[in-house]
Amino acid sequence: MLKTRVIPVLLMKNAGLYKGVKFKNHKYVGDPINTVKIFNDKEVDELVIFDIEASRLNKPINFELLENIASEAFMPIAYGGGIKTLEDAQKLFNLGIEKVVLNTSAIENFNLVKKLVETYGSQSVVFCLDIKKTFFGKYEVYSHSGIKRVKIPPVELAKKMQDLGIGELIINSIDNDGVMKGYDLAIIKEIATQLTIPLIACGGAGILEDFKKAKEYGAHGCSAGSMFVYHQKHKAVLLSYPEYKELENLFKGI
Amino acid sequence: MIVVVDYGMGNLGSIANMIKKTGHKCLITSDIEEIKNATKLILPGVGSFDNGMSNLAELGMIKVLSQKVLIEKTPILGICLGMQLMTKSSEEGTLAGLGWVDAISKKFVSDTLKIPHMGWNIIKHQKSSHLFDELESEKRFYFVHSYCVSCNQKVDILTNTNYIQDFVSSFEKENIIGVQFHPEKSHKFGMSLIKNFVENF
Repeated sequence: MLKTRVIPVLLMKNAGLYKGVKFKNHKYVGDPINTVKIFNDKEVDELVIFDIEASRLNKPINFELLENIASEAFMPIAYGGGIKTLEDAQKLFNLGIEKVVLNTSAIENFNLVKKLVETYGSQSVVFCLDIKKTFFGKYEVYSHSGIKRVKIPPVELAKKMQDLGIGELIINSIDNDGVMKGYDLAIIKEIATQLTIPLIACGGAGILEDFKKAKEYGAHGCSAGSMFVYHQKHKAVLLSYPEYKELENLFKGI
Repeated sequence: MIVVVDYGMGNLGSIANMIKKTGHKCLITSDIEEIKNATKLILPGVGSFDNGMSNLAELGMIKVLSQKVLIEKTPILGICLGMQLMTKSSEEGTLAGLGWVDAISKKFVSDTLKIPHMGWNIIKHQKSSHLFDELESEKRFYFVHSYCVSCNQKVDILTNTNYIQDFVSSFEKENIIGVQFHPEKSHKFGMSLIKNFVENF
């Protein structure tokens, strides 16, 4: 049976790695190459790397750094940030990135998603749904690293992306980002009941039990940032990743 | 020299890096002369079946690869699409495959499980091979694919993996090896496989 993937999410800007809370107040947590090397040793299932400035500040993709990162990584890597064209994706695949993660450009240009899927296959194209709850508890989608509100409702957009052929969907809760009090399980469940493609929970994981819950609510993979880069209480930077046996026991029987 | 065949189908950097980490040298190339001189070949690939076959044809590689593999018996490792291209045909396309192994590539069909089969899964040995260190306990590998290989000759099957049904996750027929998973993205398990291919074949 397929293993449930547990995926560290790394946020990059200016060639460094950062972590924030609710998409804000990003603090430096380390050098990307070093981090990848450490996660190699920890035998991480997969890595997701987001450039959090590329779309927001319209910066070019840092291909050179990504190539160095991919060379060091003996696990699959998904990258998101500033991907606007087929050529961007082609360059990323050539330098060793397994999957491209789209957000802003996919929302602005459905045709790009379709073309990417046709050219590179569903398995290489991921959409990241950044969502935030309104005061009244309604979910809304955001683009440009959480800056710009999108009019399409989350489930409708998720379905649209599935129809366009994406291979998987990351459900990223802006409200829960960096809070480490658990995923937004309600939206995971809502989307899981309406989609057939694999879903990755993102935003809010603080303890192993959160992964288990996400899986019970319909996620196929669990990702986390703070939980893997901080040493709990005082938020001192310390990379960690659960032992394989621990994860196996955790997901047993779900 | 170990040659990683570059036919324009996906990322070859990580394979080259992994070979380097095992202490060996390799060359990523589409040069026919280099392929002719190869002591070992790696046929990687990500993408669609017909794209892969037409790229091989356009680059004039089909004849030289077949000569190397079938006549000279140069060890070859096909990875993912590279494995599927070694079969006779695929439900994904209309072009004929390389046909080195009596097998075809079929689409996964399921009402309940997600396709593509994407993520880590385990392998079940069907025969012994120098490709795997048998003493190592459960081995897991990273898979990403919507089509899978079905062997007509059971004796060719090296490992099975279960997703929807048991499918062939690797085959070995004399000097021809194909793996559906990505060893270059399966950390220590993949590294041990690459090392074994380079040193034991």
